[in-house]
Amino acid sequence: MISGILSLELLISALRMSVPLTFASLGGVFSERGGVVNIALEGIMLVGAFGAVVGTYFTNNPWIGLLTAMSFGFLIALIHAVVSITFRINQIISGTALNIMATGLTTFLSRLIFKAAGSSPHIEGMVQWRFPGTNWQISPLIVIMFAVIIISQIVIFKTRYGLRLRACGENPYAADSLGVDVIKMRYSGVLISGVLGGLGGAFLSLEHARVFVEGMTTGRGFIALAGMIFGRWTPLGSFSACFLFGLAEAFRMRLEGFGIPTQFIQMIPYIVTMCVLVGVVGRAVAPAYDGIPFEK
Amino acid sequence: MIRRILINILAPFLAVLLAFSVGAIVMYILGENPFYVYKILLINSVTSINGWGYVLFNATPLIFSGLAVALAFKGGLFNIGVEGQLYIGAFACAWFGITFNVHPIIGIPMGLIFAMIFGGLWGVIAGYLKARFGAHEVIITIMLNFIAMALTNYLVNNPFKEPGQINPIPQTKELFSGSIIPRVYPLFNKLGINLSPSVPLNYTFFIAIVFCIMIWYLLERTKWGYEIKAVGLNPKASRYGGINPSYIMILVMFLSGALGGLAGVNDVMGYRYRFLDGFSRGTGFTGIAVALLGKSSPIGIVFASILFGVLDRGALAMDVFTNTPRELIRVIQAIIIIFVAIGNEFIFRLLQRLERESE
Repeated sequence: MISGILSLELLISALRMSVPLTFASLGGVFSERGGVVNIALEGIMLVGAFGAVVGTYFTNNPWIGLLTAMSFGFLIALIHAVVSITFRINQIISGTALNIMATGLTTFLSRLIFKAAGSSPHIEGMVQWRFPGTNWQISPLIVIMFAVIIISQIVIFKTRYGLRLRACGENPYAADSLGVDVIKMRYSGVLISGVLGGLGGAFLSLEHARVFVEGMTTGRGFIALAGMIFGRWTPLGSFSACFLFGLAEAFRMRLEGFGIPTQFIQMIPYIVTMCVLVGVVGRAVAPAYDGIPFEK
Repeated sequence: MIRRILINILAPFLAVLLAFSVGAIVMYILGENPFYVYKILLINSVTSINGWGYVLFNATPLIFSGLAVALAFKGGLFNIGVEGQLYIGAFACAWFGITFNVHPIIGIPMGLIFAMIFGGLWGVIAGYLKARFGAHEVIITIMLNFIAMALTNYLVNNPFKEPGQINPIPQTKELFSGSIIPRVYPLFNKLGINLSPSVPLNYTFFIAIVFCIMIWYLLERTKWGYEIKAVGLNPKASRYGGINPSYIMILVMFLSGALGGLAGVNDVMGYRYRFLDGFSRGTGFTGIAVALLGKSSPIGIVFASILFGVLDRGALAMDVFTNTPRELIRVIQAIIIIFVAIGNEFIFRLLQRLERESE
């Protein structure tokens, strides 16, 4: 009985840990299906986490915080799109630069706004939704996440937009010859990834920590990309992979206090990510033109 | 040729200028006088001999990390893991220094070799996983950064923590004198250059310059260098040329990781004489900006490192004397990367067009 409850608790904890990863991972799917590698997701999550706190801090309304997070993520993604799609700069370089910029910018602004280095004041989290007739509560963001997973799966595989987006990632020249505006499609994919990545970051600060801490994403943007690869660039697959990573993080939290040095426990998500990346190779095939600039 | 060189210098110069302009606009919006802030930044770095000493001291690890990123670039790989390699290398040379009490003739080279071997092996993990399984080196090296930081954090907190230390940041005990790289001020004073003994500039800077020359030689004058560049340009074609790309990838990541490991030497063997937890604060990432700005050429990397050394030194002064938080410098660095990359692309296209027209 007790072990049953414990394992249910573990699953719930894993689900919560997987939320930020899943949002970012879905963002990665949109961006890379259109042919743009987006390692800026790490920075996008960071500005999202920051934006959520800033928005909530000034309005006391976490929903405004969410909107701020999404718009901050959108802005970083917009820079990535302009630099890597319009100017055709190497997408890894652009993403790396934006990650550095996000680290500097969030610390810079947090020092200006909150007058304190390191972290922001604590903020109100979101009001949890209650299942009718029960005591069960759930974060609205988790509900939104499931909705976004399903919508993304349908949009990418069952709509005209999704078909065109995928065409731009598989063969932009063929898509172009059929009259698809490759540049516009790629922009849309990257910008969607900015909004979703921002949401993922918002969950970190609004739900997990209720505070913004410098560099609080600690590589989650990259773990999310590994999840996307493991999930073979599909929304459902990405969610499953991110749930696995969430499980690793939940395990990590559970292991604390068992006498194992915390540093080794901290390594678990990173080691699991590496193992997964090594394990999927050969079976996961990226969109053919993923990462290659398109030139008409 | 002259045109090419001119443009190669002009593009980074313009990129830096543009990035500073963006920084100035931000300061102006915040109600600061940008000229005042930049004046403060320069006065404390390049207007005195001691200022220059600090600048070159700051530039030293950046030369190594810039070389590390550049070498990987040449081989077609993105080594975003320099930060992790730096920590592993720094800890390795610190371990040698606190364990073996030897003459400097042995101690200093062995410290360097330890940093190189362990940093290199840390890099090889990513190289091997890429060559053998095709695993994405960017994500792998980032994961390795976090693992390296956690590992060294464990080592310096537990088995190697200095007994009875009062410093709130954990550190190892002090290195034996045989592994300490001396400061340069005695030499400079003899030469009539009035450098204060408090300036931490040490001989690691000259070691960095020697490595620049060695890397230039490796890339431009040896078979390995040719093969590295061939794989970087086109791994498939290089295979037909009789090169084994997997072997070269692992080699490149070893060499790049070794340079990354050396980036930790300046602080450990040349400044603090111990390993301090989390001392680097992004030197490995700044290496990416340095390599891009220096166009992956060793001489370019030296100049780019000096520029970033000025910024680092100036950032401290900015914090003290102005209301602009120093993180603005980090934002400016990121903008420099983007502008340089855009500039490179434009010039590449411009040259292509000019060459086509002249044919």
